[in-house]
Amino acid sequence: MQDSVAAVKFSGERGAPRLMRFERVSYAVNATNILIDISLDLWAGLPTVLLGPNGSGKTSLLKVAMELILPTSGRIAHPQRQGVRRLRKAIVFQNPVMLRRTAASNVRYALEAAHRQPSATAVERLLARVGMAALANRPARKLSSGEQQRLALARALAREPDILFLDEPTSNLDPNATKGVEDIITHIAAEGVKVVIATHDLGQARRVANDVVFLANGRLLEQAPATDFFRRPASEAARRFLAGELVF
Amino acid sequence: MGGSGLVDLVRNGDPTLWAIVLLSLRVTVSATLCGALVGIPSGALVALSRFRGRTPLIVVLNALMGLPPVVVGLTVFLLLSRSGPLGDLGLLFTPSAMVIAQAVLIAPIIAALTRQVIEDLWVEYRDELVAMEVGPAGRVATLVWDARFSLVTILLAGFGRAAAEVGAVMIVGGNIDGFTRVMTTTIALETSKGNLSLAITLGLILITLTMAVNALAWGVRQWAEHHAG
Repeated sequence: MQDSVAAVKFSGERGAPRLMRFERVSYAVNATNILIDISLDLWAGLPTVLLGPNGSGKTSLLKVAMELILPTSGRIAHPQRQGVRRLRKAIVFQNPVMLRRTAASNVRYALEAAHRQPSATAVERLLARVGMAALANRPARKLSSGEQQRLALARALAREPDILFLDEPTSNLDPNATKGVEDIITHIAAEGVKVVIATHDLGQARRVANDVVFLANGRLLEQAPATDFFRRPASEAARRFLAGELVF
Repeated sequence: MGGSGLVDLVRNGDPTLWAIVLLSLRVTVSATLCGALVGIPSGALVALSRFRGRTPLIVVLNALMGLPPVVVGLTVFLLLSRSGPLGDLGLLFTPSAMVIAQAVLIAPIIAALTRQVIEDLWVEYRDELVAMEVGPAGRVATLVWDARFSLVTILLAGFGRAAAEVGAVMIVGGNIDGFTRVMTTTIALETSKGNLSLAITLGLILITLTMAVNALAWGVRQWAEHHAG
């Protein structure tokens, strides 16, 4: 199979609704193509992993999904869901910005921004959900990287998202902190939130992915159930990436 | 007089001296607050807005940081003089006129520096705040609050500029004994009269006060940073 043609072998779990559709999305900065003709469906259900080497366009794809950047061409469609409110999205960045206030105040801020009642109970519940209850009164900027990631997760959860995008959420963390964040992600996914994780960490992808979207050089090369992808990758670039070779 | 003169004056509690010191503080603090009220929101708005003519406005704002005090004094004098557009207010040769002149002088400094600080912070915060769907007013409030420690430093710069000012307050205040005479105008007057010891003493008091305000602000900043991160 040619690597320029996406091999799509995943169309969601049985009966799962489609949350978001990328229709031939491209994004370029000046003359540099960052995303090229991406067509992709994201379905409700277990976590999807955007896998690919650095510079493959994972972060840009998440930013397009969050409407932080506008595609140069193509569009994002949110299928009409009759009787259901607008799709709520949230994101946790690779290096989340901590507001200059305590951990609890960061969560309170996120609740207010989401037009939710920023009660002490709601703040406590969110912090407890990410194992941060004991650190509520600590200045957010003085937390460790792992704690900051967990606090960023709590802020994202304050939006009660239907779909949560995580951009390399554990790239700066040690194995222990990584495990803590991955456990939270697993719980969030089990509660029904669609989690989409961008990573270049194969181990993490194997641990958390239900399905994999493989990107390289701004192109979507493959979308497949995780077991299929890791056993029989359809594209040459994915085969090389899984073999630990450098993919440019 | 020098150092011992200063100690004597402070110890003896010379009421004239203290009236001058207190008026100086009152005028300078008021001007800094007025300058901040105008400068911080306008600087933040320019930082976060995109409109035609924004770049020339920033260039002008930055240039206004170097406003000549005597020109500001002259402008405020013309506005407040009996035949001027604000003459009916009767503010010329009052401490209020001095506050206005100093505020006009430092508002562009506060606005220009605030614009730079907020714009830099916006680069860092943009994605996070947009992803949280924080509206324009919320963005301004958040960035101003999170830049508060830098803004304190900017206010100190404004305070220092106002405290050291002599030309504008001399023109609009008139250096009236017991009414609009402040430390800087007194220093200028006493120097011209050859009374250098009093001028030096007042100079030392001015420097001490400025350093004390800066030290206090620094301490508050350190404490707040420790507790808020």
